[in-house]
Amino acid sequence: MTFFDLLQLLDSAFRLATPLLLACLAGLFSERAGIFDIGLEGKMLASAFLSAAVAAITGSVWIGLLAGIGASVLMSLIHGLASITFRGNQIISGVAINFLAAGLTVVISQSWFGQGGRTPQLSGAGRFEPIPWPGALPSRELADAGPAMQLYSELLSGHTIWVYLAVPIVFASWWVLFRTRLGLRLRAVGENPAAVDTAGISVVGLRYTAVIICGVLCGIAGAYLATALQAGFVKDMTAGRGFIALAALIFAKWRPWAALNACLLFGFLQAFALRPDLIEKLLTVKVQVQLLDALPYILTVVILAGLVGKADPPKAGGQPYVKEN
Amino acid sequence: MTAPAIELKGISKAFGPVQANKDISIRVMPGTIHGIIGENGAGKSTLMSILYGFYKADAGEVFIAGQKTEIPDSQAAIAAGIGMVFQHFKLVENFTVLENVVLGAEDGPRLGPSLRKARKQLTELAAEYELSIDPDAVIQDIGVGMQQRVEILKALYRQADILILDEPTGVLTPAEADQLFRILQRLKDEGKTIILITHKLREIMEATDTVSVMRRGEMTATVKTADTSPEELAELMVGRKVLLQVDKTPAKPGAPILEVDRLNVTDAAGVHRVKDVSLTVRAGEVLGIAGVAGNGQSELLEVLGGYQSATGTIRMNGQPLDLTGRASDGQSRRARGIAHVPEDRQREGLIMDFHAWENVAFGYHHDGAYQANRWLMNNAAIKADTEAKMGRFDVRPPNPALNAKNFSGGNQQKIVLAREIERNPDLLLVGQPTRGVDIGAIEFIHQQIIALRDQGKAILLVSVELDEIMSLSDRIAVMFDGSIMGERLPQDTDERELGLLMAGMNGKAA
Amino acid sequence: MKPIPGWADVILIPLVSVVLAALCAAVLVLAIDENPVEAMKLMIDGTLFRSAGWGFMLYYTTNFIFTGLAVSIAFHAALFNIGGEGQAMLGGLGVALVCLFIPWPHWTLAIIGASVGAMVFGAIWAAIPAYLQAKRGSHIVITTIMFNFIAAALLNYLLVNTLKPVGSMDPATASFPAGTHLPTFQDMAALVGFDGMFRGSPANVSFFLAIIACVALWALIWRTRLGYQIRALGHSPSAAQYAGISPAKIIVVTMLISGGLAGMMAVNTTQGEAERLILNFTEGAGFLGIAVALMGRSHPFGVFLAALLFGFLFQGGAELGFWTSIPRELILVIQALVILFVGALDNMVRMMVGQVFGLIGYKEAA
Repeated sequence: MTFFDLLQLLDSAFRLATPLLLACLAGLFSERAGIFDIGLEGKMLASAFLSAAVAAITGSVWIGLLAGIGASVLMSLIHGLASITFRGNQIISGVAINFLAAGLTVVISQSWFGQGGRTPQLSGAGRFEPIPWPGALPSRELADAGPAMQLYSELLSGHTIWVYLAVPIVFASWWVLFRTRLGLRLRAVGENPAAVDTAGISVVGLRYTAVIICGVLCGIAGAYLATALQAGFVKDMTAGRGFIALAALIFAKWRPWAALNACLLFGFLQAFALRPDLIEKLLTVKVQVQLLDALPYILTVVILAGLVGKADPPKAGGQPYVKEN
Repeated sequence: MTAPAIELKGISKAFGPVQANKDISIRVMPGTIHGIIGENGAGKSTLMSILYGFYKADAGEVFIAGQKTEIPDSQAAIAAGIGMVFQHFKLVENFTVLENVVLGAEDGPRLGPSLRKARKQLTELAAEYELSIDPDAVIQDIGVGMQQRVEILKALYRQADILILDEPTGVLTPAEADQLFRILQRLKDEGKTIILITHKLREIMEATDTVSVMRRGEMTATVKTADTSPEELAELMVGRKVLLQVDKTPAKPGAPILEVDRLNVTDAAGVHRVKDVSLTVRAGEVLGIAGVAGNGQSELLEVLGGYQSATGTIRMNGQPLDLTGRASDGQSRRARGIAHVPEDRQREGLIMDFHAWENVAFGYHHDGAYQANRWLMNNAAIKADTEAKMGRFDVRPPNPALNAKNFSGGNQQKIVLAREIERNPDLLLVGQPTRGVDIGAIEFIHQQIIALRDQGKAILLVSVELDEIMSLSDRIAVMFDGSIMGERLPQDTDERELGLLMAGMNGKAA
Repeated sequence: MKPIPGWADVILIPLVSVVLAALCAAVLVLAIDENPVEAMKLMIDGTLFRSAGWGFMLYYTTNFIFTGLAVSIAFHAALFNIGGEGQAMLGGLGVALVCLFIPWPHWTLAIIGASVGAMVFGAIWAAIPAYLQAKRGSHIVITTIMFNFIAAALLNYLLVNTLKPVGSMDPATASFPAGTHLPTFQDMAALVGFDGMFRGSPANVSFFLAIIACVALWALIWRTRLGYQIRALGHSPSAAQYAGISPAKIIVVTMLISGGLAGMMAVNTTQGEAERLILNFTEGAGFLGIAVALMGRSHPFGVFLAALLFGFLFQGGAELGFWTSIPRELILVIQALVILFVGALDNMVRMMVGQVFGLIGYKEAA
């Protein structure tokens, strides 16, 4: 494997890790506040569809993004209604949201566009375009360029804005959770809602705030899939990314910077799985693509089994809060 | 004349048919420590929850410093200068002391300035009230005494003038408790008003200026602590209840059935619950264990029932029982002739959503008489057995198909009792046999227990009801803080002496 | 919340939830400029008024009974098995190995062998999450989700690399030998002289296995010591401990049964219909088991009815996809709404029903 192969792999890993990371941070806010969310997948899917649809209709990816966020937040509010207001089962609610999104996106896109559950191909302002850095060479001219140029042009230059924003968003998430009043309260309500309640703060209000933040981040993740990574929505395009994000969240033990690492790792595995030729070149044995697909899940089970450190979820996670003393 | 720091007028609160607080009025003057004493379930905690905005009173008014004050939620209580230290701390375990103190009392959206300010104030408060603490320690790493200190600091940081402590020493060692009382004294000297809720007489006598006694939801007396004595308070607290007379002949104790030697239990949280307990129960006698709830009796029953591990030795009919939990469970204990009427029938003794007949098989579901063949249970046989048991124990309505939750407390208890007693055990463990049971059923249940004793069975009775202990037991042991404070014969003692032992004071010495 | 009688909780809540789900779906159909009444008529005509429609419906129903029972038995122990999908996939693998590598003289023997294979493989796949839950406290919901994906990758690997016949491009095993082929409803109808009934529809004898499974599970839950202990643990872990019922043991045994049941659906799809193991044969039936179990209130008879309803919806949805511009994914929406109303917003539905009972003056008996 050449240096350039590696760069291409990392380049692809960055792109693939970005939606995982956004969804993972979404889950981080929700679960840190004590609301388990296995509906990340559904929220991303809803946003992917609506962002692509609205971007196709309006020709503006930014309006599309807003619409996507709206769809995702709506799903979050359903989850909140079930799990916060009506103290229902958070797991069941999450399952329902995944199916709701899987069904609705196809039914509506068929009705709007009649293309078998697709949205029209996006181009130009309807998409998040790669941002080339000054002086960067196109890929086909890079094979003979020097390593510094290769690094600059292939790996650093030419990503969409969300790839560049990923690390700032991790920082912002960390900052909000650990350096602000809101973050302190969100973390507290996920550990011991009674402590928050006796301190005179609304548990319900905080938890709704958390699921809405979760909706916004999932919305961006979904919109990224349909308008940046791809050029339009196709049926089931999230392809389990919501669950990989969930796995990454557990793998990262509910911490933002560790989430970045976990998502990079899982993104790298996804990138690798797309290039079986490189694996063969690298390891000289044929590594099965399916193993790479399964690796995030296997690693998460290992973590959950407590074989490598212990993943302690927020203590009040999954339980509706009932006031008592 | 200064207005009382806090005054309650005619507070009443009912939960369904249960009147938890009945027309309660108290005045507490500023800069004093006021004690509220009463048995478990007397309504103390309900009253304090009303003060802290957790429950809304059905009737009555609250005055803070002379001002009529509405307290719809905790926010309002905090604003009115009330700070509460709950029995179960409301701390975020993986937060630092500082973060817990700041939570809910932040100064702005950014945490940094709030934390800096709190750190400074915490140092000042620590100096002022001698409450030194490491602000960066994480709650789960510090002891319960320190955690309680954090709760107090939380209240002080919110500028509470009135501090309510609900059973503050329940989880503390005696040394920690002493320290707490020094702190409270200090707070009082600085002008704070303190309400101390407890069931321990010693604490009332040592720490308070005035004391109110609650019994069954009512305030029975308010006196100056200096003008009263532990004996008088014990009497007011327990009340001269009409002794339920149980017709029984003197016991004819036989061979030792149960021998417990230096039993120690440490629970999952690392709290030492049972300390060097040794006792013997003989055939044909009732050993009553008196004590306020939470002093190790429950753990003792759990060990004997097979689902709590312990160290020490227990012999049943001379043969040792496994205490490690590896070779024993509820099933193996039953096989050794131990029947168990647990303290909490709704949590342990019954499955509330099961039919009565399913509950009659509970714990004995492997019994051959309940099986139709190798594979299936004989539900008809269980139902028939249930019907017979319901008849003999006068369970009403005598309908085996009714769910356990649809019976009254007394009838639920009769179902459990019927199930356990009719197994003809060598030893019957009975916890709180008449808790939440109506008068008629109490008498019946007591008779059944004595009848079993007269058949020559050994009975270990745990109860927080002193009159129950007095009327049923042939010997009485009192547990306090995990240890047995002493053993008495019912004819040689009285409720006053037992009450003092239960409160951790040696009756003869007081 | 106002009280409602017990029967209403069992019967009325699911019914009201289905009606609510249907109403929401109708609004959706209206929103996409189609006629919900026409759509309903089409679903009924295409499913209930043609024998082949019944044949498809009962084929789907068979799957849903198995996966619904799988989720139900776990619910009785207060466990949430989301892993039905993965367990079914492994069940398919078990069926394929049994059918491909053992020469079966007759389908009556083959179906027994395949059932054993399906159950064993499904159970093994459930055993690991069960063990981790029982011994290490790993959240079974998350581990079973992860195991679904691992199962999908495993099946993908085996079909692409190992089990695919040489020269085939299709990620599927070779067709099973004729000795394993199960009689379909069409065959059975022909046998008794109704030629052409159920023509071309996939329902087969494994439907009767599903019925047997319902009865067997009913007996297990309400007639055996094991079922007794499972329910006791599910209702009250603290009471179970008092009675000497081992939580770890019951958790593992329950999940083995659950996984085995989920695996059984492969007898219907893999041996009965496809007659070879194909990728993605589960088609979400493992997840649908959640809706079926919730709707059927975890009772085998309720599961049977709910599975019929979803069988109808699946076949009806296919009809819609065939004859109208409404895609069959509409069924996913209905499924989601049923899960939402019966399982997550049940307190809301209960509150609504309670209001109605309050209006007619119902009070809880003391």
